[in-house]
Amino acid sequence: MLLQYRAAAVAGFGTQLFWGLIMVMIYEAFYRSTTVRQPMELGQVVTYVWLGQSFLAMLPWNVDSEIRGMVRQGAVAYELLRPVDLFNLWYSRAVATRTAPTLLRSAPMFITAMLFFGMQPPDSIASGFAWAAAMIGALMLGCAISTILNISLLWTISSEGVSRIVPALVLIFSGGIIPLPLFPDWAQQTLRVLPFAGLADFPYRLYVGNIPPDRVLFVLAHQVAWTIAFVALGRAILSRGVRIMVVQGG
Amino acid sequence: MTMIDTLRLYLRFIGISVRAQMQYKASFIMAAVGNLLASAIEFLGIWALFERFGSIRGWSLPEVALFYGIANTAFAASEAVARGFDTFSSMVRLGDFDRLLLRPRSTVFQVAAQELQLMRIGRFVQGFVVLVWAMSAVDITWTFPKALLVVGAILGGACVFAGFFILQATLAFWTIETLEIVNTITYGGVQTAQYPLAIYRNWFRKFFTFVVPLALVNYFPALAILGRADVSGTPAFLPWTSPLLGVAFLAITMQIWNFGVRHYTSTGS
Repeated sequence: MLLQYRAAAVAGFGTQLFWGLIMVMIYEAFYRSTTVRQPMELGQVVTYVWLGQSFLAMLPWNVDSEIRGMVRQGAVAYELLRPVDLFNLWYSRAVATRTAPTLLRSAPMFITAMLFFGMQPPDSIASGFAWAAAMIGALMLGCAISTILNISLLWTISSEGVSRIVPALVLIFSGGIIPLPLFPDWAQQTLRVLPFAGLADFPYRLYVGNIPPDRVLFVLAHQVAWTIAFVALGRAILSRGVRIMVVQGG
Repeated sequence: MTMIDTLRLYLRFIGISVRAQMQYKASFIMAAVGNLLASAIEFLGIWALFERFGSIRGWSLPEVALFYGIANTAFAASEAVARGFDTFSSMVRLGDFDRLLLRPRSTVFQVAAQELQLMRIGRFVQGFVVLVWAMSAVDITWTFPKALLVVGAILGGACVFAGFFILQATLAFWTIETLEIVNTITYGGVQTAQYPLAIYRNWFRKFFTFVVPLALVNYFPALAILGRADVSGTPAFLPWTSPLLGVAFLAITMQIWNFGVRHYTSTGS
């Protein structure tokens, strides 16, 4: 389905490449202006930026447009009739819609950024494996948040509020604007505990070696704990949502 | 058709658009707040980097905030006004453009008058607050001409961004679909203009000066306001012509638009 819109994919790729390049130049300029030792090295930050561009589509920043359509037009009633658990169904949907575009975009971005724009391979083989494990954790966590966003449609129908405000929170607290270690020291403790760090920042820092690979178990524990919490929350609000749901149309 | 008549008609169109958007007040408020947040987190990132690094190649946070404020208010204004051009490709695809050709007003006017997108007020307010803070925090004496140049830089910038929305729409006469690649330049441009152009690599500076004239209406005026010299040594009078350069660029894009209109073939049946 995604390959149907090749021109749009190419344009999206170009935009991301351009944006990444601007960010890299900004960091180069900042690092050239200081002699103080920073919590991350420039090379690590550059690689972090490109990882962010490669896996942008994996962040839980929007609602599923098909589910929105179903809720609006009442077709969501059919979803309730299916002999499968609705939460599991929507969670699986989220996994599919997050994985496919990410796979499509990340490979060309990786290759281009590594060949031309200073992206580096994983810090060590162990870092590479730790990163891969944490990316799976990030996907599970991201899909749990995505599913909650989709369930929120049962109340808001238009998703206007959720789809406008959640992306900003996800972006800033996951490291989508600047790497989390570059925020002031007093904010670090909070940023580490929040669920969003597990979506991007932790895996990327494992990749560049800013978090040593032997800490991967802590990262996975953080991701799994938050995933369980969000799944529990999601199931609770879904069962409430189904009870109060009024099917539109008739 | 007089100027006043056109203006009155424009206000009438815009009035309808505003009333339509106000039908969904909660939705409008959410959209505006989201728009504000989306640009506020960008500034939060810039602030955090300055907390860490102190300065960027000799530029302080208030100075960079001046660039940021000018760029974002200009961009938000152009996004709101040129919304019709941003969504223009669907008009071509559905064959709706035919109707515009039958009416006794210019096509640029009719597309522009379609919508004034109010939710962009979010980014505008955020940019404006940063701008006002920057103006009070930078270490310069304000004179009337300098204040005027701030307004001029915003207007000039808005014209250049609007010109890009028109160019993007013009391409739809040939391609039918929106070429998102133009977004790279508009959104990339506003991203770029948030920092002084001097911090970027040489080829990139040249691109945003000569190919995309964003620097002319944003970077050079801000340099003049701050009383700084350009790294590549441009004449001192140049910044003061910036609003005019913006208007000139917009006029050129309108000519290209008219050329596109002549090439338009309806998709309708």
